[in-house]
Amino acid sequence: MSQKHATLLVLAALIALSPLFFPSGYYYRIGALMFVNALAVTGIVILTGYAGQISLGHAGFAGIGGYACALAPVHWCLPPALAVVLGAAISAVLAWLVGRPILRLKGYYLGVASLGFGILVAMVLNNERWLTKGPDGIEVPDLGLRGLLKDVGLDLSNGEFWYGLTGIALLVGAWLALNLYHSPTGRALRALHGSEVAAGTVGIDVARVKLQAFVISAVYASVAGSLLALQNKFITPDVAGFMHSIEMVTMAVLGGVGSVPGAVIGAGILTLLPQVLTVFADYEQVILGLVMMLVMIFLPQGLVPSVLRKLRGKDE
Amino acid sequence: MSELLQFLFSGLTVGAVYALVALGFTIIFNASGVVNFAQGEFVMLGGMITVFAHAAGLPLPLAALIAIAVTAGVGVALNQLAIEPARGAPVVSLIIITIGASIFIRGAAQLVFDKQIHSFPAFSGTEPIHVLGATIQSQSLWVIGGAFAVFAGLWLFFTRTLLGRAVLATSNNRLAAQLVGINTRFIMTLSFALSAAIGAFGGVLVTPITLTSYDVGLALALKGFAGAMLGGMGNPKGAFVGGLMLGLLESLTAGYLSSQYKDAAAFVVILAVLFFMPQGLFGRKSTERV
Repeated sequence: MSQKHATLLVLAALIALSPLFFPSGYYYRIGALMFVNALAVTGIVILTGYAGQISLGHAGFAGIGGYACALAPVHWCLPPALAVVLGAAISAVLAWLVGRPILRLKGYYLGVASLGFGILVAMVLNNERWLTKGPDGIEVPDLGLRGLLKDVGLDLSNGEFWYGLTGIALLVGAWLALNLYHSPTGRALRALHGSEVAAGTVGIDVARVKLQAFVISAVYASVAGSLLALQNKFITPDVAGFMHSIEMVTMAVLGGVGSVPGAVIGAGILTLLPQVLTVFADYEQVILGLVMMLVMIFLPQGLVPSVLRKLRGKDE
Repeated sequence: MSELLQFLFSGLTVGAVYALVALGFTIIFNASGVVNFAQGEFVMLGGMITVFAHAAGLPLPLAALIAIAVTAGVGVALNQLAIEPARGAPVVSLIIITIGASIFIRGAAQLVFDKQIHSFPAFSGTEPIHVLGATIQSQSLWVIGGAFAVFAGLWLFFTRTLLGRAVLATSNNRLAAQLVGINTRFIMTLSFALSAAIGAFGGVLVTPITLTSYDVGLALALKGFAGAMLGGMGNPKGAFVGGLMLGLLESLTAGYLSSQYKDAAAFVVILAVLFFMPQGLFGRKSTERV
């Protein structure tokens, strides 16, 4: 069995078996949040882990995906499921348009350009009150799928339904990302991560492949934003804000940015942490900042690669 | 005409603060290659510590001095505890360390001080000055003058003093600087202290105008970062001009186009500049070696 199948199998088993240990229905909600975050972070893994490009504005795409689900069903009578697709399509087109000029930039310059993009999206969502109802947020229609399942005899609680749906979405996302890793495009991305000039000399169209990675990761973020909005039945412009972009990158780097399991573990930890930290009330921010610094100082490659290296070291 | 003058002055005032933050970014970036997203927190600390020291009965100048000194200490601690141990980590990890530091400092400030909005009296009264029909707060002149003084001081420091040249040498090539006997560890400490002190100074100057609270740092860090990138990362002149330009752009957009989208104009211009000059306005072209 290849490593890819092993990863997917372990992930599927974790998603399927975890509910056996849930003490209350609340944990389904945490689980679903975790999976949505992990899906967005998988997109970051493709962009940053595979291709080595930094984005500090990916929450912008999550915002587009989320607001597509809030607005399209109301204004164009689109079923919410199709609104997810519409949001993803808009995100892809925008990523293609924005990515073409900004992906020529490197390192921090790319960081500030993507940051600018994210801030512009958040600003439009905040200011165009006639459409988005501004900073207070807007209601999102029901997906309608749970009702359909009930009609065919599968009666799930809201928590169970979203846990299952987001779990499946994450599995599909992880499967696609792992396939991409071993595809010619994935190899090209990893090559240009090493050196763009070297990748160019062996015939890789660096600009085109980078743009592909950017568009793909934008679609991941957009779908994750849509699922989040549909699950909460409510969305605010914060979903597109700078802190959300940073949260995505932090999750990816915390787990280990090169790998899909790293994305899942990073998203898991950073989704759980604030839930645990609410106990500490006023100390929440101090502890969060401390954890971010400590992990990056002592495990600069992220949790998963660092732990794997330790384990392998013991084998020898 | 008076309207334009009014916008230009308020733009210069805001821009002067951005310029100070951008200068701080540049100093740390040159010394260590790290973009310090906690830079905005230095401005916050400068303002907040002055507020509370002043409220405790200290005269304003002394309170400001203490604030600048304490913030410089925080900058040194940041370097020793978080940046130096992570030397050689990937760029993304370093970004997250400094963002973690910024969240940490913000959280600590919220605990040590409070969540209220604060201010202290302007340095030379609140009597506005009238110039050609425009009204200028006297504190604005302090901010603009302070920023130019810092820039001039830094220019003298980097070109005329042995220590300043040692900083430049370290930023050009750390190993070569070590070989000619420069204590690069000390230079790093100095750079963080200097950068934090400049940020705090900006905070002291601007608080009577913009007020301050524990959470003003992030927005300033983003603007300062954008200003530094606009001018070209690592170039003090670029950072200064970039910061001022950003402030002017914001104020002119707010005045003539839309106050809601004043931040948008700044980022649209940055995207446009980077599109045509990927190294920023004053940046040098670099080539990648394979």
